[in-house]
Amino acid sequence: MALDKSDVDKIAHLARISIDPKDTSEYLNNLTSILDLVDQMQAVDTEGVEPLSHPLDAIQRLRADDVSETNQRELLQSVAPAVEEYLFLVPKVID
Amino acid sequence: MFSKTIAQLSSGLQNGEFSSSEITRAYLDRIKSLDSKYNAYITVTEEQAMQQASAADKIIAAGQASAMTGIPIAHKDIFCTEGVRTSAGSKMLDNFIAPYDATIIEKFNAANTVSLGKTNMDEFAMGSSNENSYYGAVINPWGENRVPGGSSGGSAAAVAAQLAPVATGTDTGGSIRQPCALTNLTGIKPTYGRVSRFGMIAFASSLDQAGPIAKTAEDAAMMLNVMAGFDPKDSTSATHDTSDYTASLNQPLAGLKIGLPKEFFSDDLNPLIAEKVQAALKEYQALGAELKEISLPNTALSIPAYYIIAPAEASSNLSRFDGVKFGYRCDNPENLEDMYKRTRAEGFGSEVKRRILVGTYALSEGFYDAYYKKAQQIRRLIQQDYISALQEVDVIMGPTTPQPAFVIGEKTSDPIDMYMEDIYTLSLNLAGLPGMSIPCGQIEGLPVGLQIIGNYFAEERLLNVANMFQQATDWHQNTAPGL
Amino acid sequence: MEWEAVIGLEIHAQLATTTKIFSGASTAFGAEPNVQACAIDLGLPGTLPVFNKKALEMAVMFGTAIDAQINKRSVFDRKNYFYPDSPKGYQTSQLFHPIVGLGQLDITLSDGSNKTIGVTRAHLEEDAGKSLHEKFADMTGIDLNRAGTPLLEIVSEPDMRSAEEAVAYAKKIHGIVTSIGICDGNMAEGSFRVDCNVSVRHKGDDKLGNRTETKNINSFKFIEKAINGEIIRQIEILEDGGHIPQETRLYDADKDQTRTMRSKEEANDYRYFPCPDLLPIIIEDDYIEAIRNQLPELPDARRLRFIDQYSLSQTDASTLSTNKAQADYFEAAAKQSKDAKLAANWLLGEVAKMLNQHDLSIQQSPVSAAALAELLIRIKDNTVSVNAAKQVFEAIWNQEGNADQIIKEKGLKQVTDSGSIEKIVREVVAKSDKQVQQYIAAEPEKRGKMLGFFMGQIMKASQGKANPGQVQAILKPILDALC
Repeated sequence: MALDKSDVDKIAHLARISIDPKDTSEYLNNLTSILDLVDQMQAVDTEGVEPLSHPLDAIQRLRADDVSETNQRELLQSVAPAVEEYLFLVPKVID
Repeated sequence: MFSKTIAQLSSGLQNGEFSSSEITRAYLDRIKSLDSKYNAYITVTEEQAMQQASAADKIIAAGQASAMTGIPIAHKDIFCTEGVRTSAGSKMLDNFIAPYDATIIEKFNAANTVSLGKTNMDEFAMGSSNENSYYGAVINPWGENRVPGGSSGGSAAAVAAQLAPVATGTDTGGSIRQPCALTNLTGIKPTYGRVSRFGMIAFASSLDQAGPIAKTAEDAAMMLNVMAGFDPKDSTSATHDTSDYTASLNQPLAGLKIGLPKEFFSDDLNPLIAEKVQAALKEYQALGAELKEISLPNTALSIPAYYIIAPAEASSNLSRFDGVKFGYRCDNPENLEDMYKRTRAEGFGSEVKRRILVGTYALSEGFYDAYYKKAQQIRRLIQQDYISALQEVDVIMGPTTPQPAFVIGEKTSDPIDMYMEDIYTLSLNLAGLPGMSIPCGQIEGLPVGLQIIGNYFAEERLLNVANMFQQATDWHQNTAPGL
Repeated sequence: MEWEAVIGLEIHAQLATTTKIFSGASTAFGAEPNVQACAIDLGLPGTLPVFNKKALEMAVMFGTAIDAQINKRSVFDRKNYFYPDSPKGYQTSQLFHPIVGLGQLDITLSDGSNKTIGVTRAHLEEDAGKSLHEKFADMTGIDLNRAGTPLLEIVSEPDMRSAEEAVAYAKKIHGIVTSIGICDGNMAEGSFRVDCNVSVRHKGDDKLGNRTETKNINSFKFIEKAINGEIIRQIEILEDGGHIPQETRLYDADKDQTRTMRSKEEANDYRYFPCPDLLPIIIEDDYIEAIRNQLPELPDARRLRFIDQYSLSQTDASTLSTNKAQADYFEAAAKQSKDAKLAANWLLGEVAKMLNQHDLSIQQSPVSAAALAELLIRIKDNTVSVNAAKQVFEAIWNQEGNADQIIKEKGLKQVTDSGSIEKIVREVVAKSDKQVQQYIAAEPEKRGKMLGFFMGQIMKASQGKANPGQVQAILKPILDALC
């Protein structure tokens, strides 16, 4: 599956990472070599093999519906880049 | 004093040979004078360390000490520590003062250990050389131009340079075992789920596992006694009972069946490493173990499967670093889109970005089945290889790495070359099995690691197997030149 | 050529749990910004989700309530997208293996006909926070209190053909989720939100037209308006030879029109994959059956019971049972007043009229069921006439007191003392010579109709307080005696 520069731009947009146009080729080369490496997998017959998402065959535990968290707003917002009137601020969003 | 194991420090503390404040002060002074050479620490928490040491001394004086009371420890900077910068080796979190403690940090605090500081690491644990840190490369004490391995390179260098008696690390594809191999240390990656992941900044959630980096198997066992156990805050935490990992360290190995996967001894392996591993195996035979050749036929596929699964999970795990709630935000964003894109372009280093892009691609529409699903299917095949092999043998052994410590800069130009460094370690994370690396010799002054792999939750057995070797040999006692 | 609309709904019902779906933070509505957004809800580095038992139970309750397939294995997936009110950069949802599979329910339309609507699935997911766009000039403020509130997204088949059907379906779902207590149904607070997928095609066509999705509509009235507006808009475009782009739209209630949602303009690639921080949810038959057996009464059953127990008409029973709060109100008033028919008439008459006028829901009614019942009792025991009762009701609505107080203060008590009534009757008869002569002259069988005049005059003279039945009983013999 050969990639081109427009694929790199598309992926970078999905990942919300800006890429300097002068670096696109390098990313393209890196990605291409990684994809060449992983393409080894395509030769393996995995018909009927159940995908493994978790190494242990465990099931989800359930938490009781009891409030365990207290208001930590001040502490938690102390690490935020921009807060005003207790709201996290971002550049204007247009719906 | 700096060559003492924590087992020795523990008895010294309890016998009153020295106080925790004394050894903590000594380590802090040593870090101050020597760490500029290694760059093992990102943050040293001097004040906090001295407070914890003095609290520990009171507990010791009151006769209420346990094995770990007053022991100084360095923590990989991937574990959230309340009130202390937790950077994950990234510019993205350079300003992040964690507002809470990771579960394992809580456990170490409850055990009254002393935290010396936070160690350097590859950014977000992505790397095998510790060259991908925003805080600069770490120097291997065994060679001033050599890498210490990664991603727990700072923890390994700190212990190898005797800037801490013991350290915590994390292992997603070999990040405890490979640095241990490259710095002549003993480390264990426990079974997936054995140690809580809560508060450990995620790289790849289904592969990440924390463990100790130590001088000996006994020290690693003492550390694991603190770290292991069920955590209700982590859905993937194992509910299995833990044991006292020091309890059966000295159990004789007569009759131990060791499996040797032929795929681990192929032509890719440096023959000098093969020689050291073979010598170690002879030693095990002398201890009464039996060797048996086995096959893990899908070993070669662990690299492609890993380099899809880990980046895919990482691409999603790292989406929260968007400049809104915590961490870095770019200056003067023009709009929301610009804020996201520049924050992430400027905050992440190149290897992290590379993996996010690969992971994003692997999950994108039209490619999910060919990449992600396929990799998860291969993951099951790899797990099945191990499950059937471990029905025939008690443990599996082989080299930890294909090469000893390489020169800084040697593999940075080609990411694939770097990925191959993990060929023997990755498959364990995919299967979720526990594994160790212990010293088994040197090549031209550079340490070599022996990898020991066990069945699910067989940490106690692994530590026993490692300890018996260390009782019979002294490779682990070698220290880096010039210390 | 005739057009036909094809409509499917996605309903987001906030589950009435005490805490978030993956954290122990409160879900209470209306708290100060971000006080209920804990470290896990904010997606702080290292935090992990643990699933809320109650959310599972509620989802299974819904599945059993509509007799849908319940999947014994369901899995959480991550839906990856960047938006400031989505703190982790992904929403934890269920794409591949939802908790509830296929089901169906019947709706009743205004012409009395029934129609079956398919439910494709219902899955668990976490709600996002809120973006406040108006508060700051160039910035948007983010409140993450709502982030992590459990949602059940109920997806219908595209089985509806008109806004009326869509509203009936939405009301039906609303009635079910409120009846079984898994959602408070409060649309104004966003507890029950509807996305409408609308397309049009020529009647008889098999192929579906391009559809638009109008998001987050929070009243039944707006569902109707948004769908009807959208149908007209699409038909106009197509009749002009235009093309309907597949897009997300927003309904603007002030302008009563839908518009393109700019933030969703580009086609998204959500890169769904199984959430590695959460494990598969496995439930057993016993668990499902226990929930099924404890299910509270459903609206359909309640409707039948209303007909049976209270002898209500099919229409009244249907109207009263659709909305849980209204049905509860009715039953409370019926039981207390011991006159179900009277309670139903008042609820569907005076109460509904006032609620409509003031745009209030039954929960917001200033007249409680108990207060209404007190009034109904006074109607039944002839303390007030029906006309006077309407005045009393208005006064209760305006918080002037309870029925008895108001009757007393306003002097609205019905006059039932026959002596007093007879006195008034005789006075009116004496003053109405002309009408009395006409009465006498009339043929006996036509005299009944002529009583109306006298009745009106007498009621007027008594200021509405005379009991009409008594008046009639006294009036007729007096007039007949004159003949």
